[in-house]
Amino acid sequence: MTVATTTEETPKLLPADFLHHDLPIPGTYIFDGEAAMKGYNLNKMCFSFNSAENREEFKKDEEAYCRKFGLTDAQTKAIRERNVLDMIHNGGCIYYLAKFAGIFGLTVQDVGAQQRGISVEEFKKMLKSQDR
Amino acid sequence: MARVVGGLTTSHIPAIGNAVPREEQLLNDPYWKEFFAAYPPARAWLRQAKPDVAIVIYNDHGLNFFLDKMPTFAIGAAAKYENADEGWGIPKIPSFEGDPELSWHIINSLVEEEFDVTSCQEMLVDHGFTVPMSLFWPGNTYQGVKTIPVCINTVQHPLPSPMRCFKLGQAIGRAIESYPKDLKVVVLGTGGLSHQLDGERAGFINKKFDELCLDKIVHEPEILTRMSIHELVREAGAQGAEFILWLAMRGVLQHRVKKIHSSYHIAISNTATGLLVLENAA
Repeated sequence: MTVATTTEETPKLLPADFLHHDLPIPGTYIFDGEAAMKGYNLNKMCFSFNSAENREEFKKDEEAYCRKFGLTDAQTKAIRERNVLDMIHNGGCIYYLAKFAGIFGLTVQDVGAQQRGISVEEFKKMLKSQDR
Repeated sequence: MARVVGGLTTSHIPAIGNAVPREEQLLNDPYWKEFFAAYPPARAWLRQAKPDVAIVIYNDHGLNFFLDKMPTFAIGAAAKYENADEGWGIPKIPSFEGDPELSWHIINSLVEEEFDVTSCQEMLVDHGFTVPMSLFWPGNTYQGVKTIPVCINTVQHPLPSPMRCFKLGQAIGRAIESYPKDLKVVVLGTGGLSHQLDGERAGFINKKFDELCLDKIVHEPEILTRMSIHELVREAGAQGAEFILWLAMRGVLQHRVKKIHSSYHIAISNTATGLLVLENAA
């Protein structure tokens, strides 16, 4: 690994660093084949929420709707508790989970704040604080 | 012969799709002001360029494709494209005219060059496609511009590498330049810049990296194609990997381009927004 001399002004990522692709990324879940298999039914349910009719059916009886899609107990619990991180741990993919969040009018700031364990106001401040 | 006149890139955040019909009022809104103020120069360039066709390189977010069948590269070959309910309230907007003849020319040319793309005679286009079209043609005045959707998988890893996407763009560029009709073509690359929606790192933005990308993509895009997807996710965030769509756009253009306009803003929704207009060397 080449260690470049950096100053405050130098971008952290120099072209030479691009080749180091084995460093772990904290707080980040790569949605790969393993996750896609694990979360297939959960994601399929969320994909169904593209239809207003299906969203209504879910709202009428959430547990029955989860059963219809064959969710595991852990996935059903995560849905019941609106716990996005738990959904991800159980194979949920954020692109589909966003459709679940949409049913409750939750924005990506709401979802982000929940995963970080901070308030939405704090989350918005954190976003803006990275403008430097 | 058909000619690529230039390329434009912009973020495609859903919130913009909801805001864009109210743009005039929002020009006085502190949250939106700076974002919308960046677009008039891009629109002015488009009015002067008068493209006949827009190739739109974007990613589907679970409207047209699901995990049952997930193509890495998919290209529309339809006469018409429509958007639809995505589950969280994006409005339905007027449909987009396609150009099946040019689509098939590109598909034939790509497969001949060993890019084995999925061709789609029916294809719903989501916010990744529609938001940029509404931004660049305000009031959805894109009638008269034919569109060809090029969808790249960013949902399920493995994603195609930055290098592969850049090369796909180059192959699309060669296909267009070999099309016998006298058409002016623009290419759109949508999405980005740094953002992350999922995990404990949600809300991650990397201004220095974005600035590096915005700079290098103009004259030295090859440097950026050396990144791996893992590296891109680390530096740009899980969804910042959409930068591969920008690199595909850049591949369509010639080596020599002229930068017309660019803009960068933190943040709309969870995203650092980027806008770039490049003109092909004549």
